[in-house]
Amino acid sequence: MIEGLAAIYIFMLAGFTGYEIISKVPVILHTPLMSGSNFVHGIVLVGAMVALGIAETTTEQIIGFIAVLLGAGNAVGGYVVTERMLEMFKPSEKKSNGEGS
Amino acid sequence: MDTLIQAAYLIAAALFILGLKQMSSPVTARRGILWAGAGMVLATLATFMAPQILDSDQVSTNIILILIAIALGGGYACYSGKKVAITDMPQMIAMYNGMGGGAAAAIAAVELLKASNEAAHDVTGTATVADMLGADVAILGILGAIIGTISFSGSIIAWAKLDGRLNRSKLLPMQHVINALLAVVTAGFAAAIYFTNSIDTIIVFYVLALVLGIFITVPVGGADMPVIISLFNALTGLAVGFEGYVLGNAAMIIAGIVVGSAGSLLTQLMAKAMNRSVANVFFAGVGTDTAVASGNGSEGVMKEIQAQDAGILMAFASQVVIIPGYGMAVAQAQHKIWELTQILTEKGVSVKFAIHPVAGRMPGHMNVLLAEAGVPYDMIYDMEDINADFKNTTVALVIGANDVVNPSAKTDSSSPLFGMPILDAIDSENIIVIKRGRGTGFSGVENSLFFADNTKMLFGDGQKAASELIQAAKEL
Repeated sequence: MIEGLAAIYIFMLAGFTGYEIISKVPVILHTPLMSGSNFVHGIVLVGAMVALGIAETTTEQIIGFIAVLLGAGNAVGGYVVTERMLEMFKPSEKKSNGEGS
Repeated sequence: MDTLIQAAYLIAAALFILGLKQMSSPVTARRGILWAGAGMVLATLATFMAPQILDSDQVSTNIILILIAIALGGGYACYSGKKVAITDMPQMIAMYNGMGGGAAAAIAAVELLKASNEAAHDVTGTATVADMLGADVAILGILGAIIGTISFSGSIIAWAKLDGRLNRSKLLPMQHVINALLAVVTAGFAAAIYFTNSIDTIIVFYVLALVLGIFITVPVGGADMPVIISLFNALTGLAVGFEGYVLGNAAMIIAGIVVGSAGSLLTQLMAKAMNRSVANVFFAGVGTDTAVASGNGSEGVMKEIQAQDAGILMAFASQVVIIPGYGMAVAQAQHKIWELTQILTEKGVSVKFAIHPVAGRMPGHMNVLLAEAGVPYDMIYDMEDINADFKNTTVALVIGANDVVNPSAKTDSSSPLFGMPILDAIDSENIIVIKRGRGTGFSGVENSLFFADNTKMLFGDGQKAASELIQAAKEL
């Protein structure tokens, strides 16, 4: 479906996109952003579901099960941690904004 | 149905990119994670409709297994992610990242096992994995397998090190030579998978890659951990992108490669901040043998100060610069420090925070903690902005930071830290160091700042010491 030259284009454009996103980020957001990108590659869950979904033998099912287990951990854990981290930026912004008053 | 699924993946990929983009500004960051989260839910739900899954002979068993695995993996991650203390987040990121790498490696394992099984039963009798998958899929699949596996075992080691479960930085003599050999052998087995249909080769390959990940990460010094975690994050992204190609899944390709390139850039920025190359991080091993050999730069004695005196000194200062480090995170002292800051500010002292790019265990780690305590952004300065200002500083308060203020990085060419940019706390009129004990920093290198004439040591737990400082400053 996605083959040859088209795949190379996708790889290249996605590569530039990632570069572009990071290059203008203030240092304070490096950790949340690393955590956020950690969450985004949790999309591996989708592939793991397919891998388990197409499994036929018991061995394949075991490995596929591990894949989904780990992928779900990546996605959910990445989300929870990033959420909590970004949560903390809210009060501090308010305080710094409201300092003049 | 297939079109709908593809559309869902496309929307998910767009949501990931927009989400990450929004996460790059403090104002929109919170919305960013919500968008990315929505993309993830959409993609996951769509996958349940995937024809490959529904057409499988064992569709009902497999779907039940998928649901159980999601419930277990997601449930555990949700629980651990909610429970973990803010200070321990770096190791949790390392662990979740390792899980992603492991998932990518396991996907590759399923595909490779399937292909080798088919090849073995092929009528020609000489069919290989590459024949079954096609050259492009086989190569990217194997590459994703090796990268994902290394990221998996490496991240687990990084987690264990940061969590204090693993302290050794040496496994074997001549570790780097062995690592290099192991890497060559692993690559050899990777190539062998391509040209054969042997299941044993695949098993040996995975075992070797697992061991390689462990061996690579164990010698890495604590101070370099942020770089390593970021690198493994990028590697997992790459592995996910490659496995996305294997499965023909556009969302995985786009999200994986975006993370791969963003993570690579972030890794380079971090390594640059420490004046080290990424290769150097892996092969130098700060804090192993070299550190012991050069720990002689610090003669003299440490001079102690009591909290009472330190508090008075700071209350009458014209400018105080606070330099937080990982020790502050461990002691959870950020709230007390902010309280102290407010008291000093009331007394007319100009207070600033100086953040080294790699203070803590991840870039921006300290900023996150200070934000949690409520310190406004405009009091926080980056290294470049504050270094010239130390000359006008009455008291530099170092709390839990060590290597990032070690002047040996500038003066002593034999020091393993030599060349790393540091905060020039030593230029201040007085330096007060809050420290738990007399030991060395995480890198294992002696800090000559602690022996300087204008340095006073305030021994004790960060939070307790900060409380005492608050008391002392309040009484005036």
